[in-house]
Amino acid sequence: MNKTPLNQVHRELGARMVDFGGWDMPVQYSGVIEEHVAVREAAGLFDVSHMGEVEVTGSNALDFIQQLTINDAAKLVDGQIQYSAMCYPEGGVVDDVTLYRFNATHFLFCVNASNTDKDFAWMQQVLADSAMNDVTLNNRSAEFAQIALQGPKAVAILAGLTDVALADIAYYHFCEGDVAGVPMIISRTGYTGEDGFELYLPASAAVEIWQQLMTAGIPYGLLPIGLGARDTLRLEKGYALYGHELSREISPLEAGLAWITKLDKDDFVGKAALVAQKAGGVPRRRVGLMMQERGIPREGYPLFVGDREVGVVTSGTMSPTLKVGVALALVAPDVAGADTELQVAIRNRRMCAKVARPPFVK
Amino acid sequence: MDFPEELKYTEEHEWVMVEADLAIVGISDFAQEALGDVVFAELPEVGTVLEAGKAFGVVESVKAVSDVYAPVSGTVEEINTDLLDAPEIINTSPYEDGWMIKIRMADAKAADNLMDAEAYQAHIDEEG
Repeated sequence: MNKTPLNQVHRELGARMVDFGGWDMPVQYSGVIEEHVAVREAAGLFDVSHMGEVEVTGSNALDFIQQLTINDAAKLVDGQIQYSAMCYPEGGVVDDVTLYRFNATHFLFCVNASNTDKDFAWMQQVLADSAMNDVTLNNRSAEFAQIALQGPKAVAILAGLTDVALADIAYYHFCEGDVAGVPMIISRTGYTGEDGFELYLPASAAVEIWQQLMTAGIPYGLLPIGLGARDTLRLEKGYALYGHELSREISPLEAGLAWITKLDKDDFVGKAALVAQKAGGVPRRRVGLMMQERGIPREGYPLFVGDREVGVVTSGTMSPTLKVGVALALVAPDVAGADTELQVAIRNRRMCAKVARPPFVK
Repeated sequence: MDFPEELKYTEEHEWVMVEADLAIVGISDFAQEALGDVVFAELPEVGTVLEAGKAFGVVESVKAVSDVYAPVSGTVEEINTDLLDAPEIINTSPYEDGWMIKIRMADAKAADNLMDAEAYQAHIDEEG
């Protein structure tokens, strides 16, 4: 199984480890709810070193990225980040990504851990199929560790370890600077809905930086956070997760990512299929659900209106903040409107839920 | 981890306390620890007839759904309704406030064959 440079640190912290897409990762340390609350109210530290990083350089880098991704990368300025996705020609999703622009000839993709090899192969194939000659792809995933510091106290904690003017880094922007003497990418992004940073640093410095951040953060209530709380945090905000709300079988239009699907830009892989799907109407839509009764919607539970099966839960949990079951689901378009009442089949019962637009927690 | 001597245990990690022909049932310290934060408990209605070894209820943590099995056959005499609003009691007090149901046993000796604390500890060690 793959291990991040922080594997031993997690074990020493007493984390419960699980196999996450081939990675030996911490699912929880002190407990999912305690960790979740720490991120909402103070701060949390996440090892996200399993994420992949692919660098794109060359004079045709931007042209290639425009061909590869569905969002409009030409809108990016130096130091800015864009949420985007790669699609197959049929319109399904290869992966959702964040794209970092250093300058017009230097970009970096951050991709989902378990998709890294697939994504890199896909990028190479799209490049080979294109007529572009000055593009270099470099899978740098093994060189980078990635640590996310998230929560309302994130700025205060990081400020104690760096001279970088953190206030000048706007949301979805980044800079290169030193933290505790180690050069890294400081990115104002995250997957929790809270303020915070994702730090891309040399794998060899991961343990040192983790310890420095923990020490600096403890007075602020910083806790290490596992994948369990990472999932409840993203679900409360309604963020899609590849393999659940996104897949080869789910288009970005169905998945609620029309806002990053720029059908008016020049040709890109999947454009024709997505234009056709939009014209013909999407067969299903991603929605949020809030339970109206006690009960927890889980992935795979079918949804009904009366006797008619109208969709399926793609991710669900008990919201630690609201103490109500919440879910993301794919449903028929005619039942996707806000406040529509659906029934979730939970074991041998049907329990009432309402369509609600995420974020569930503001 | 704590396994009180006066209780009996099942391989599925329920505990039983016998008072005459009444069996009080919950899940063990090991089970609640393995499950993590319990956020939902589903219990049978009073009067439900239970068969030993069959699922009578469900406990859910943030991440997992887990059936709870009847250690003995009988009829549900009482359920712990506090758990419906505060299922986390199962984590904080698995053997006392976190009890789940009371079963009026069909056979008052039905629990005699279950594991004692020592055998249960050995069972856990074996499961690894």
